[in-house]
Amino acid sequence: MSVAFSEGARAEFERLLTRYPDRKAVILPALHLAQKEFGFVSDDAIVYIAGLVGTSPAEIEGVATFYTMFNRKPVGKYHVQICRNISCSLLGAEHLIEHISEKLRVRPGETTPDGKFTLTKVECLGSCGTAPVMQVNDEYHEHLTVESIDRILDQLP
Amino acid sequence: METVLTTHFANERYRRLDTYRQYGGYEALKKALAMDPVQIIDEVKKANLRGRGGAGFPAGVKWGFLPKDLSRPRVLVINADEGEPGTFKDRVIMTRGPHLLIEGIAISCFALRAHACWIYIRGEFVREAGIVDEAVAEAYAAGFLGENILGSGFDLDVTVHRGAGAYICGEETSLINSLEGKRGWPRLKPPFPASVGAFGLPTIVNNVETIADIPWIVTHGGETFAALGVEKNGGTRLIGVSGAVNRPGVYELSAGVNLKDIIYEHAGGIKDGKKLKAVIPGGSSTPVLRPDEIDVSYDIESMAKIGTMAGSGGVIVIPEGTCMVRSLSVLMNFYAHESCGQCTPCREGTGWLKKIVGRIEEGKGREGDVELILDLCDNMMGRTICPLSDAAAMPAQSFIWKFREEFDRHIGEQKCPYGNRF
Repeated sequence: MSVAFSEGARAEFERLLTRYPDRKAVILPALHLAQKEFGFVSDDAIVYIAGLVGTSPAEIEGVATFYTMFNRKPVGKYHVQICRNISCSLLGAEHLIEHISEKLRVRPGETTPDGKFTLTKVECLGSCGTAPVMQVNDEYHEHLTVESIDRILDQLP
Repeated sequence: METVLTTHFANERYRRLDTYRQYGGYEALKKALAMDPVQIIDEVKKANLRGRGGAGFPAGVKWGFLPKDLSRPRVLVINADEGEPGTFKDRVIMTRGPHLLIEGIAISCFALRAHACWIYIRGEFVREAGIVDEAVAEAYAAGFLGENILGSGFDLDVTVHRGAGAYICGEETSLINSLEGKRGWPRLKPPFPASVGAFGLPTIVNNVETIADIPWIVTHGGETFAALGVEKNGGTRLIGVSGAVNRPGVYELSAGVNLKDIIYEHAGGIKDGKKLKAVIPGGSSTPVLRPDEIDVSYDIESMAKIGTMAGSGGVIVIPEGTCMVRSLSVLMNFYAHESCGQCTPCREGTGWLKKIVGRIEEGKGREGDVELILDLCDNMMGRTICPLSDAAAMPAQSFIWKFREEFDRHIGEQKCPYGNRF
């Protein structure tokens, strides 16, 4: 099934083209746009972007798979990404990861059966001074505790 | 103490152009546009401004590497890919004072005779990229960016570009490849970016903090900036303290502040009244220090003298009761995950370090594993295109050199004495 950007995303893509001396520089921004539009970077999205940029799907695929943020498979409505690196670990991240895992009944890397949450352990989110930290979709949540995690996840619609 | 960057960061509205201007914002740009570009570069050289991304290279000298002839357009790329574990200072600049960065960009590009700049922001920083993007739009609307800036005839375009989750893209040639829409593989040097960089053009890549310092240097002069620091290390630094301290956060301190004072005075000492066990002083790649080694000036040369680095200014504080093998295991997982896979010593080495340190922590360490790690490190350092391999080997070596007994105990007892927990 082929996919296409909405009018707004298409306009943003055209605007991006004016910001670089080389067309291929829009590959990363276009992949971000695709993920926002379609929820993840599907095979069809790869083919579509290749057509827009004017290169092969293989090249787009090669780029997309290099970067951890591009989801090549669907993720839940809320992508819970919790930092497992050193500053967060020193302040209890391991325990928090176990807590979320038990609470949502998924292991890291898995999605809840209702498609609401995907849990992922990630590397440093660059917010070590307010550790432990997780990112839910675009939003950072800092100074995490078991209680604050419960509050944050429970109130998501 | 005088501060260069954070003076008005407590004011939430400082991120907006009108408030930034109330505090004298963009006056430095006006001053700079009336100066000779060479004069600006001279001030930056006098400032002893060292790159704040981690390598500490003198910014003015780096700028001097651009080719003399102006036949090819040159460009500035801002490294806002803040990804070194323990480092979270550029995020503060981007959210609290984005116009410091943008004014710094405008001045720097004028000095470098560059007419295009990209700000490469790590992909996870969605909010931060939004704030910087808004600030860029404000600056365009006010005539501080775009065509004929303030009637000077100088044109400059600035574009915010988001990364997508790859630590390696903080390495400047990897960042350039990523900006060009490629996999973030570091490039062989030479050619250096100053001659062949982004889009084949002469390119300077500078860290956010480095460029944010530029307006102050133009306003107050390079020598005044230099005097805020110590010899060869001008100005202040944004130092991020994380881990087990009472007041984690970003502190703007003299580039020659004492490391012990950073931890005990500014960050309020060790959490829960515990004793200090170890300090990773400048981001996760920098060799670890024992408590008896931290009474040292945080400047680049003093840190090098004791075998470590001030790096990207990220001080990670490890308290007593923490398993050093488990801590190293966390770091080795990170480097194995982030190795781009181009060079064999790094691709294989980081994987093996992860595996061996991991098995020691799990109580399955073998006789000779410690020697094997050290041998691996020897074969990883200085043998790859970029420094990620070294960045993985340095913590591995130093954790063993400084805390050898813990590794031996794990192997001898075939278990983690700390119960496999932090």
